[in-house]
Amino acid sequence: MKKEKVVGLEGSFAVSEAVRMANADVIAAYPITPQTHIVERLSEMVAEGELDAEFICVESEHSAMSACVGASAGGARVFTCTAGQGLELMHEVLYIPSSMRLPVVAVVANRALSAPLSVWCDHSDMMAVRDIGWIQMLAENNQQAFDLTLCAFRIAEDNEVLFPTMVHIDGFHLSHVIEDMRLPDAEEVAGFIPDYKHPFALDPDKPVSMGCYGPPFIYPETKRAQEVAFENVMPKILETWKVFGDRFGRYYAPVEKYRMEDAKIALLTMGSYSETAMLAIDELRAKGEDVGLIRLRLWRPFPFKEFREAVKGVEVLVVLDRCVSFGMGGPVCSEVKSALYDQQKKPHVVGFIGGLGGRDIPIEGFEYMIQSALEKVKAIERGEEVETEMIGIRE
Amino acid sequence: MSGEKLGWKDLELGCVVTEPGSANEYKTGDWRSERPVRENEKCIKCGICYIYCPEACIEETEDGFFEANLYYCKGCGICAHECPRGVITMVEEVEE
Ligand code: SF4
Ligand code: SF4
Repeated sequence: MKKEKVVGLEGSFAVSEAVRMANADVIAAYPITPQTHIVERLSEMVAEGELDAEFICVESEHSAMSACVGASAGGARVFTCTAGQGLELMHEVLYIPSSMRLPVVAVVANRALSAPLSVWCDHSDMMAVRDIGWIQMLAENNQQAFDLTLCAFRIAEDNEVLFPTMVHIDGFHLSHVIEDMRLPDAEEVAGFIPDYKHPFALDPDKPVSMGCYGPPFIYPETKRAQEVAFENVMPKILETWKVFGDRFGRYYAPVEKYRMEDAKIALLTMGSYSETAMLAIDELRAKGEDVGLIRLRLWRPFPFKEFREAVKGVEVLVVLDRCVSFGMGGPVCSEVKSALYDQQKKPHVVGFIGGLGGRDIPIEGFEYMIQSALEKVKAIERGEEVETEMIGIRE
Repeated sequence: MSGEKLGWKDLELGCVVTEPGSANEYKTGDWRSERPVRENEKCIKCGICYIYCPEACIEETEDGFFEANLYYCKGCGICAHECPRGVITMVEEVEE
């Protein structure tokens, strides 16, 4: 019998529970907006003695990540979290743990970026950090927020990985919403996350220099080494998700499919809207349409192989972006197109932008995208230019 | 192995440097446009140039005078500016 209990937990608290069970050593975070309840709960846990960690309350997200880098270089298990503008302020330092191979774990409650000021959800913040060399994965509900945070520690700290890892949960949709979820026994979790020892943790008996100066004669070599190492993390991600599934009964994959059997039209989503999209797919399937849903669970490294596999046989791929890459449409759509470019047989890809700054997309919104995509494909076949459509916008 | 010869596969994880003091090997004197030249007859061995050199590349010689180590000297001219006796002149570096 698996030891677990069903509880009602806010997404933020679910993440805090995962960090507690993972026994983080150091947590550094800026505690004010755009922060979520994640660190609020963690600071309580540390104060109450429920978690034996060093809680560093810093004066900005830039400092939060700097403290994480130092602690991680010292060999600690390190956690931080932020959102939106906070992730932007952290941006400069985010490149440091990925180039120095320090396995910091961060949870980001995705939020829109100013201006105008918005604290609501979209994916602008996470798209702005897609090139920083962190592993990035997304949760769709609070259970996954908990599960993926646990997995993030095991993946990041694997000696064959040693890359910082970011778990994205949609701001408000998950971070501030209470859902029922299964909370495993802390001992079970302890067995899942092994003790960790960084091969070059700062040690006076074995001194090393970290983050050295890299003149032109060596910088490109360092980036090549980093890129090759990053391309090789996929087997370890898959392994961790497999071990997690075997132990806790919930399996994850880089690309997850929903009702894709014989689907000619596929919708592609990321994050919490995937659940609304599933309802839309159910309704369309009930009407006899050959539609299915593809959800990207892993965003970096981009799961090329799994993605191409998932769209085999699909004729129209409808991509929802919750971010604008100004002058370029939606970033997910652009990447999906580039992932398919060299394929002999590939679907038409039609991109939409929606759900910006916390705007809801109801079930009908997804149905609309699919219908509209079919019209756009006809236009593409007539040789017309089709622009990325922003849905639900008042004229 | 000298850094110039290292291939990407030779690098340690995260590019850590395991050899202590290796920064000494890094030549910082090769973008100098002027070099300090001394007329030691005027020197009073006060050591002001030694103290002010931001590169800490001025060394005391056995006879008590001071000499810039040109492997590191960046040619900033601070020593020449600070010397109370006008011992040091900055001379343009020219290709030999
Ligand atoms: S020129 Fe500048 S770097 Fe060179 S010896 Fe003088 S003070 Fe030092
Ligand atoms: S500052 Fe001038 S006088 Fe004093 S030690 Fe240096 S060169 Fe000699």
